[in-house]
Amino acid sequence: MDVKPVKAKPMISKEEIIEVLHEVKDPEIPTISVVDLGIVSNIEVSPAGDVKITLTPTFAGCPALKLMEKMVAERVRHVEGVGTVEVETTFDNPWNTDKISEQGLLALKKHGLAPPPRHSSTSQLDVLERMACPWCGSTNTSMKTPFGPTLCRSMHYCDNCLQAFESFKPVE
Amino acid sequence: MDFFNEQQVLAAKELLYKIADDHLILGHRNSEWTGLGPLLEEDIAFSSMAQDKIGQSEHLYNLLHDLGEADADTVAFTRNKGQFHCCQMVELPIGTYDFSLVRHFLFDFAAAVRFDLLAESSYENLAKIVKKYRGEVKYHTMHANTWMMQLSAANEESHTRIQNSLNELWNQALGMFEEGPYEGILKESGIFLGEKVLKERWLSVVLPLLEKYGLTVSAVNYWKPVNGGRAGQHTEHLQPLLDEMCEVFSTDPSAEW
Repeated sequence: MDVKPVKAKPMISKEEIIEVLHEVKDPEIPTISVVDLGIVSNIEVSPAGDVKITLTPTFAGCPALKLMEKMVAERVRHVEGVGTVEVETTFDNPWNTDKISEQGLLALKKHGLAPPPRHSSTSQLDVLERMACPWCGSTNTSMKTPFGPTLCRSMHYCDNCLQAFESFKPVE
Repeated sequence: MDFFNEQQVLAAKELLYKIADDHLILGHRNSEWTGLGPLLEEDIAFSSMAQDKIGQSEHLYNLLHDLGEADADTVAFTRNKGQFHCCQMVELPIGTYDFSLVRHFLFDFAAAVRFDLLAESSYENLAKIVKKYRGEVKYHTMHANTWMMQLSAANEESHTRIQNSLNELWNQALGMFEEGPYEGILKESGIFLGEKVLKERWLSVVLPLLEKYGLTVSAVNYWKPVNGGRAGQHTEHLQPLLDEMCEVFSTDPSAEW
């Protein structure tokens, strides 16, 4: 009996999902993707192509999270071969600023935000008193307030180039 | 929660309700500074802290939902005043800036210590969430501390204002640690070490700071905690707050947002 070769449906890989998620940007900082921001904590792809994505919030009260959940689901739903898409939020393995990729740090800088220092412990918030100015690079700066236009930013002043700037707050 | 027995579920709910309600109500009060802050930076600070606190309350209400309570919006917007478990201090009107600042200082150091204790909780889903909150509340205590330090030393008027607000708020703040009916169960099950431990640790943080700033509190035998909030007894200030907070929701509770 002849068996016709069945053309296997190409399996969607996790990498492909990550790739398209690079197109989904943080609505509050449109230069950085959700992947580089480090909020995608898990991706599961079933053999049938059903995708389950887990996001973890930067801040508990981040108003952009629900929007990003929708944007992520919408983008992945349009990938060929993807079945159902489920996006959920979790606090397992919570976000911290070290989860931002190298690419992400550059993207923040491009947006005019001083990137958070690596491995900074927020128990030593004095790091905020010498954030590197995103304009001139000087650390001759001072923090004006630990709160800014979004929950994840603080406001600073550079005594070298005499410019105000914002920083992405270090969070451990 | 599979590891909870019936009593432990009741105890966990009581604990979650009081923390969530404190954060929702103080978050709402903080938001009343939006547009009114004495400096633009303070306007933004209180608004940001409001956003943090309301966000923190939402995730705690979600945990309550997992334990069988209604969803977060229903719980936040449809209960009447007697069903709220916040301490009375958080519902007091914002008053003058010094009053809101001292309340923020007293409350946020307690929240920070509470999160530290709960980060070790046997209730894993709660421990995970508060670990996240710890990073956030550090910015709140830092903010409170900066201004307490500056205003208690700036000039006579600012010092007097801070001291007067502290006098007015001290017994109110002690009401944060009103014990509930489940202290024993919470402790035995490793969920929470209890209000007494929390209060002692808070005192050990807050009293040295106040002393450093030249501020005083009355002798211990004069302390009279303003209790009742945890059991649903509230001041005349809570209902108008709820009316305002729920006004939009109540116009159409079934609306999709």
